Order: sequence, then structure tokens, then C-alpha cells
Amino acid sequence: MNFASFSEFVAMGNHGLYVWTCYGISLAVILFNVAQPLLARRRYLQEEARRLRREEMK
Amino acid sequence: MAHRAPLDMTKGPGGDPVPRPKSVAMNWTWFHKLGSPKWFYEISGRWLPWLGAAAVLLLVVGTVWGLAFAPQDYQQGNSFRIIYIHVPAAILAQSIYLMLAVAGVVGLVWKMKLADVALQQAAPLGAWMTVIALVTGAVWGKPTWGAWWVWDARLTSMLILLFLYFGVIALGNAITNRDSAAKACAVLAIVGVVNIPIIKYSVDWWNTLHQPATFKLTEKPAMPMEMWLPLLVMVIGFYCFLATVVLMRMRLEVLKRESRSSWVKAELRAQLEGRR
Repeated sequence: MNFASFSEFVAMGNHGLYVWTCYGISLAVILFNVAQPLLARRRYLQEEARRLRREEMK
Repeated sequence: MAHRAPLDMTKGPGGDPVPRPKSVAMNWTWFHKLGSPKWFYEISGRWLPWLGAAAVLLLVVGTVWGLAFAPQDYQQGNSFRIIYIHVPAAILAQSIYLMLAVAGVVGLVWKMKLADVALQQAAPLGAWMTVIALVTGAVWGKPTWGAWWVWDARLTSMLILLFLYFGVIALGNAITNRDSAAKACAVLAIVGVVNIPIIKYSVDWWNTLHQPATFKLTEKPAMPMEMWLPLLVMVIGFYCFLATVVLMRMRLEVLKRESRSSWVKAELRAQLEGRR
């Protein structure tokens, strides 16, 4: 461990704001890129289910 | 080496069967199989969980290692820890563009439909990685150089890379005919690849504020091992993340494009049954 305490870890030697901004933005971008195809797949499957049901009704 | 290849018996000139090692013919079958969306869908479904697990594991280990355990830089203090996302994102931004160009060549030369799917689905991720590299670079530049942005050769060529990605994405969306869109995007991706060596060598060719390359294939890294190893973990983790997300996106696109084929209908029915 490079830091003596948790508050030192958060402070990052006065560079905390810069370091945590970078990690925060990157985490948000990564999560967005994982969630987007997952949600799109679910939406597509729901659409297809609706279409199949409509075809069965006919 | 006593290695026996499966034999393919064909008739020789004298009418005798001539054994021909099948492996010679087998070498390229994987490449032709890649043209089959069904094969791609099946194999990628098998790889996806492993790639995703590897990505999560490597990214968590690399982040904790880089943030909490790596020693601080003697000049930059703790702000250097931004390197653990800045460098992997920048490497990915360039690798993905090379991928687009390779997919473009494959699509143009062999008319492989899957190459266009890969090109279209990887481009947004490349743009996002370029954004991460530029934003983290700006935030890192403020405490290190005293400026968010400078018109340095490395920074400017990365900005051009972002615009190239925007160009490929916009072109793909603007042209409704799929074959024309694929051709236009492939050409743009191939032409734009000249920017990649410019980015790579910008720190050598011009007197830049940006520091020289962290990863070199021919030399020992300029930083101590306990700083460099977490970076290596992060780079591999980012590649696994890239593979996972691009495969997820490509699989959905394949389902949509092949929606008339019987295997997709069967797959959809299986998926819908499983959800009920």
C-alpha cells in the first residue's frame, strides 16, 4: 500500500480532484458502453416478441 | 516430429491415390467460416462470458493496483495515476481504428458481410476511447503542464482521429443503402489510417510537450516494474472489454440483419421461450 490512511488515498497528494475526475468519467463511459448493447438486445427481443404475438393473432 | 495430419486421398497422375495432408487445405477454413453469420453467432456466444469475466477481473485488479499500490512518481506525484486509464484508452483508440481499416479491406476485397458489421459496431467504441484519452489527457495536463489543452502534435493528431471516427459513424448512418454505406465507410477507414503512424511518431518527429511512448516493443520500459505491471494489466483488461462490447454489439446486429434466415428465427424463439 502506497498510502498511510484512507484520507491520504482520497486526497492523492492534492491531485485528488484530477485523478478521481478521470476515473469517474472513464467508469461512466465504460458502464454506458456495456449497458447500451444489453438494453438494445432486450428492447429488440421485446419488439420481436410483440411482432410474433401479433402474427399469431391473425 | 511424428505428427499425422488427417489425409485426403486424391487420385495421382497414375491413378494411384496420393495422400495429401488436409491441414494445408484446412488453414483458411476459419477465415471462410467467418463469413457465416451463424457460425460467428455461435462461437462468439461461447467466448463472450469468458471475455467479460476476464475484462472485469483485469480492470478491477489493474485499477486497485494502479491507484493504491503503485509507487508515486518522483516528479508528478499522484497525478501520474491517470496513466492507468489514459494510456490503455489511447492504445485502444488507435487499435480500433486499425481494426476498422483491416475490416474495410476484408469487406472490399472478399465482400465479407461480417467485416462491415464489425466496422460499424467497433467505430462508436473507438470514438469513446478517443474521448477518454483526450479528456483524461486534458485533466492530467492541467496539474502537469498548467494547461488543459495545447496544440501539440500528439494532441492534435488524436483530435483528428476523433473526427475520423465521427466521419465513419456519420457516413454509416447517412447512407441508407447498406452496400453503398459499407463501401464508403471501408474507403474512409482505409484512407484515414495514415493518421495512425502520425499519432505514433508525433512525439519523435516533433518537439512535443507530450511525453514519449510508455510502451515500446524493442526497449525496456522507462518506468519501474511496479509502476509498469499494473499498466500492462489495464491494457489487457481494456482489450478484453473491447472484445466483449464489440462482440455484444455485433451479435445483435447479426440478429437484425439476418432476421429472415431460419436459424435467427429459431434463435429468437429460443430466447423468447427462455424469457417467459
